[in-house]
Amino acid sequence: MTEPIAEALAAPIPTTDPRVVRAIELIWREAELLDRKAYESWNALYTDDGFYVIPIDPEAERFDDILNMVYDDARMRRMRVARMTEGHAIAAVDAARTVRTVSRFVPESVSESMSGDEVVVRSAQILVAYKRERHDLWAADLVHRIRLSADSPAGDQIVQKIVRLVDSGSAVPAAGFLL
Amino acid sequence: MIDDVLGTMPADLVRTDRVAARLYTDPELFELEMSRIFERAWIWVAHESELPKPGSFVSTFVGRQPVIVAKDRKGVVRTLLNRCRHRGASLCEKPSGQVNGFTCPYHAWSYGLDGALRGIPYPDGYEGVMEKGDLSLRKLRTESYGGMIFATLDEAAEPLEEFLGDAGLWIDRFMKQGGGYPIKVLGRHRFTFRGNWKIQLENTTDGYHFPIVHRSWMASVDAETANMMSFMTDPTCTTHDLGHGNSVMQMVPTHSDLDADDGSEPLQTRFADLVAHLSGSLDEAAVRKVVRAMHGTGFNLNLFPNVSMSAAFFRVLRPVSVNETRIEHVAIGPDGPPELDSVNRARLRIHEHFQGPFGFGTPDDAEGWDRVQRGAAAAPAMPILVNRGLAREKPSPEGWPTSHVTDETGMRAAYAQWKAMMSDD
Repeated sequence: MTEPIAEALAAPIPTTDPRVVRAIELIWREAELLDRKAYESWNALYTDDGFYVIPIDPEAERFDDILNMVYDDARMRRMRVARMTEGHAIAAVDAARTVRTVSRFVPESVSESMSGDEVVVRSAQILVAYKRERHDLWAADLVHRIRLSADSPAGDQIVQKIVRLVDSGSAVPAAGFLL
Repeated sequence: MIDDVLGTMPADLVRTDRVAARLYTDPELFELEMSRIFERAWIWVAHESELPKPGSFVSTFVGRQPVIVAKDRKGVVRTLLNRCRHRGASLCEKPSGQVNGFTCPYHAWSYGLDGALRGIPYPDGYEGVMEKGDLSLRKLRTESYGGMIFATLDEAAEPLEEFLGDAGLWIDRFMKQGGGYPIKVLGRHRFTFRGNWKIQLENTTDGYHFPIVHRSWMASVDAETANMMSFMTDPTCTTHDLGHGNSVMQMVPTHSDLDADDGSEPLQTRFADLVAHLSGSLDEAAVRKVVRAMHGTGFNLNLFPNVSMSAAFFRVLRPVSVNETRIEHVAIGPDGPPELDSVNRARLRIHEHFQGPFGFGTPDDAEGWDRVQRGAAAAPAMPILVNRGLAREKPSPEGWPTSHVTDETGMRAAYAQWKAMMSDD
């Protein structure tokens, strides 16, 4: 984690960079879809090769050989959306209501690739989940890798989202919603 | 007529076919359980693969007491209270690691891996006051079977193997999922639920809830896996009471002894790529052994009071208070040559699919358990029923009380042990 921060300090990418602005707007759109539990629309934000990850190991950058809370490729995400929406999963049917704020954006990189410009943005997410007279706090560092569409911002998509919970190494409640 | 369960003594609250709902909600009973069960029974603390070399340690709990399980220089595994002998500070707050000893952060009293007090800064103040030799870390009796390490605070407890009794045979069978290799821990999920520990203890021997609570998981897996777990009306699927509160629930009896393989069962098509990959370096029989064991063994072995060896993982519970419990789902896999990395990757993905706070199974279990805790507050004397299958429970050829896998034989076994331990002053 220290190296990209040092780089960013040396030559910071401003959050006002138009490509970064598009990425941040997508991150906010995603946050609202998750709070509204609009999971089908949420999944449409991801590329076919996209990954949605909630690791346990806070230092991990590769997730294949370790146990994660969530390590979803397109197939697992599709099944997860079905589970969250079809009405048979009692945890999802009676899920907590959530409100989340995503802020403290730090653009990590902006790069060009064959399939379009990619923006990597780090951020902080504070989520409050309310269920049965109880508020649970979920704090996490996020990293989004976002592929910008050559056509329009409406086509921008998430290639990778990593949710690093501050308490990923200890016991968290079993959740009926997504981070 | 199902009447209430009334009484003043703990033993009055448990009958063969029912228990009082107070068992989930009464804080005084919880305090008694901590001293009479969790400070007397053999409590699972670690698997041997977590302590691979001298200096390896894990920190965990026996009941509510924090402990360190450490391997010393001679390879002896000890369980030590995680508490400095000086002023009581915890010595170690890391879940696991590799150390030369333990040093208290407060006044730097230092202890060896065997718990002996090695050093005290500015020792002149203790001259004529005490001897270092009297101030080792408190040790718990520690014994292991089949790689499963248990500790007890009761110096007079029966030997572990005696407590396990016939469960030992099932531990041996469970470990066969290594496919000829030892088992190692691959990782663990940790989660909390707002309910009493016994609700989770019961769940691991509750075949009845599976297709209902886990309908969404069943819908998401391939047909072969769903079929494998379709045990509801299969009369060959049974639960045995193994004594001492232990029980085994066989969901897939053809996988209870993984060495019993006549070769007729096809390997699941979902593992075709894995089989092809492994076939480059392992012979056909070896490939078949590890792939046939991808979902673990065909049973859940419930060991009273805190660990279940559940198909392909360990489920470990820790009571926090009368209405809060922490649970670990420990993923395991074969500890073999690098060719098996692909097997363990696949096992990790299977584990993630069902287990943990965001799995397709665990959150639904936890919701069910939360609801039991909330509902049980309604009438503390109204019974919780554990009578399913009581009329069809018969001894097996081995003499184990046995009924269908969806019956509550395993819960009755656990509550009989609860009653025995809670009645024992």
